[in-house]
Amino acid sequence: MDLVTFGVQLLNAIQYGMVLFLVASGLTLVFGILGVINLAHGAFYMLGAYLAYWIAAYTGNFWIAMAAGVAIAFVVGLLLESVFIRRLYGRDHLAQVLLSFGLILVIDEFREIAFGKDVHSVAPPAWLAGSIQLTDNLSYPVYRLAICVFCLVVAALIFLVITRTKIGMIVRAGAENREMTRVLGIKFDVVNRYVFAVGIALAALGGIVIAPISTVFPGMGDGMLILSFVVVVLGGIGSVAGAAVGALLIGLTDTFGKVFFPSVSSILIYVLMAAVLLWRPNGILGRREV
Amino acid sequence: MPRNWLIPVVLLIVAVALPFVVPTYYVQFISKALIMGILAMALNLAVGHGGMVSLCHAAFFGLAGYVLALLSPGYDPASLLLTLPVAVLASAAAALVIGALALRTRGVYFIMVTLAFGEMLFFLFHDTGIAGGSDGAYVNAKPELSIAGYQLLDLASPLVFYFVILAFLLGLIALLTMVVQSPFGHALAAARDNERRARSLGYPIFRIRLTAFVLSGAIAGIAGYFAAAQFGFVAPQMLGWHLSATVLVMVLIGGLRSVTGPLIGALVLIGLEEVLKASTDYWKLIEGLIVIFIVLAMPNGVRQLWPMIVGPAKDSDTKPATTAATEATHV
Repeated sequence: MDLVTFGVQLLNAIQYGMVLFLVASGLTLVFGILGVINLAHGAFYMLGAYLAYWIAAYTGNFWIAMAAGVAIAFVVGLLLESVFIRRLYGRDHLAQVLLSFGLILVIDEFREIAFGKDVHSVAPPAWLAGSIQLTDNLSYPVYRLAICVFCLVVAALIFLVITRTKIGMIVRAGAENREMTRVLGIKFDVVNRYVFAVGIALAALGGIVIAPISTVFPGMGDGMLILSFVVVVLGGIGSVAGAAVGALLIGLTDTFGKVFFPSVSSILIYVLMAAVLLWRPNGILGRREV
Repeated sequence: MPRNWLIPVVLLIVAVALPFVVPTYYVQFISKALIMGILAMALNLAVGHGGMVSLCHAAFFGLAGYVLALLSPGYDPASLLLTLPVAVLASAAAALVIGALALRTRGVYFIMVTLAFGEMLFFLFHDTGIAGGSDGAYVNAKPELSIAGYQLLDLASPLVFYFVILAFLLGLIALLTMVVQSPFGHALAAARDNERRARSLGYPIFRIRLTAFVLSGAIAGIAGYFAAAQFGFVAPQMLGWHLSATVLVMVLIGGLRSVTGPLIGALVLIGLEEVLKASTDYWKLIEGLIVIFIVLAMPNGVRQLWPMIVGPAKDSDTKPATTAATEATHV
């Protein structure tokens, strides 16, 4: 493998990892603050991609599709939290698993009614649609580079909000010691609602960003849910930095696994997960006993 | 009160008489429901009695089915006495490896790890060429039960197949009741209710949980073996986590603390699916809403409805005797 091919694969790995990070950070935030495990997270990733397809088909503008898709997911998140999710606080994990499984069935059927079960594709914005010529017979799509940049900006924003703002302080305090934070006068009803909506919006954003380079299909949420879980198990639950580490590890393992060990590439990330479980059962950056 | 033995006896008589009065389609349908009941009871050993919320039991179920498909010689029937133990051993071995890794974690981690490893098996059969990849594979003939060339039972007959399933089911109820009431079962329940205290009393928690998990996975394998034999077909979806979650719903419907509850949950859910599929195209939507409703309104399963139907119960005689007995040990 020459240097250019290696560079291309490295970019692919980072781009894949960054999208994974977007989705998994939403999952880990929701668990860290709300204490709720949400199996329907992948369904919102799928829903985001379908929304992007649908809105882009109507408006012809990817950016409007992105903004509207994220906004819709955010509002749906607010609604779901106030109707269903808040009834799960303090319930056991089994109830959370099953309620979110029920949500998956509902969302899947809703998708079927609204968009059918066809496979769709979404065009990237025109000025990002080209490719960069690397060598005579090797080029790299601009849109993939744009994903890297975009996800880095979003990741930086998430870290800034969590480490530098009052909201971030509440979120960190809530993840650390919920009761104490409540005693200090923080109203978790509101915090929970917005954190859940942000988590859902991040999942949808992941689906929207990936839509132009992948196809939009009904089962796409399932694969992403499993990968997000692996990311969270690798990084440590509730830790956004852990999600970043886990997502990049998965991106690298999967991309280079496909290059070097194509026959076993599909199980490599699980081998990685097994190794981390043997080494640090609470995740690479996880401290808390869960 | 005689009701404690009356209900199971009546149910048993109904179960024996039923296949002689309903059409063949329903004999097969009930066989399928009972197989899912076996799977749900197996899962509940881990979830209800052991407190281990597993999302990979479909993988053990499907793996055993695939073993039957791989061991079936072309269009000839496989030997039941040979292939069933191999299939169950394969499921048990998978449960041993996944359980040993997953049990290093607790709570929500355990759920995510079991889900991920279960999907690993799904992708193993989906992406690689083993047994037809994503298309699945056929089990062309039902396995035969014969000794020295003499056929004991003809599993190809729906009626015989039904009674074989029923026999396994009754044996399983007896086995699980014994396990749950044994010192091992008490230790498992103790680890579920208060791990720290059970550990300080000197129980080897990891080994107890792993044993229960492997036993549960092996029984799931029995269900998967017969499911593959009945449908004559295996596909990767048999191992997928949607099935695991559906079986968890059955467990929740039936109630977590009893041996036979999940069986009732399986019958209720499969009956419900049949009715919904016949009446609407959007049955998954309705089923999803029902699942959400049950989780929010009936955290202890549909048995909560029981007192409303027969009036308030004096004690825990609302379920067959086995249930009352296991309840008593947990209170």
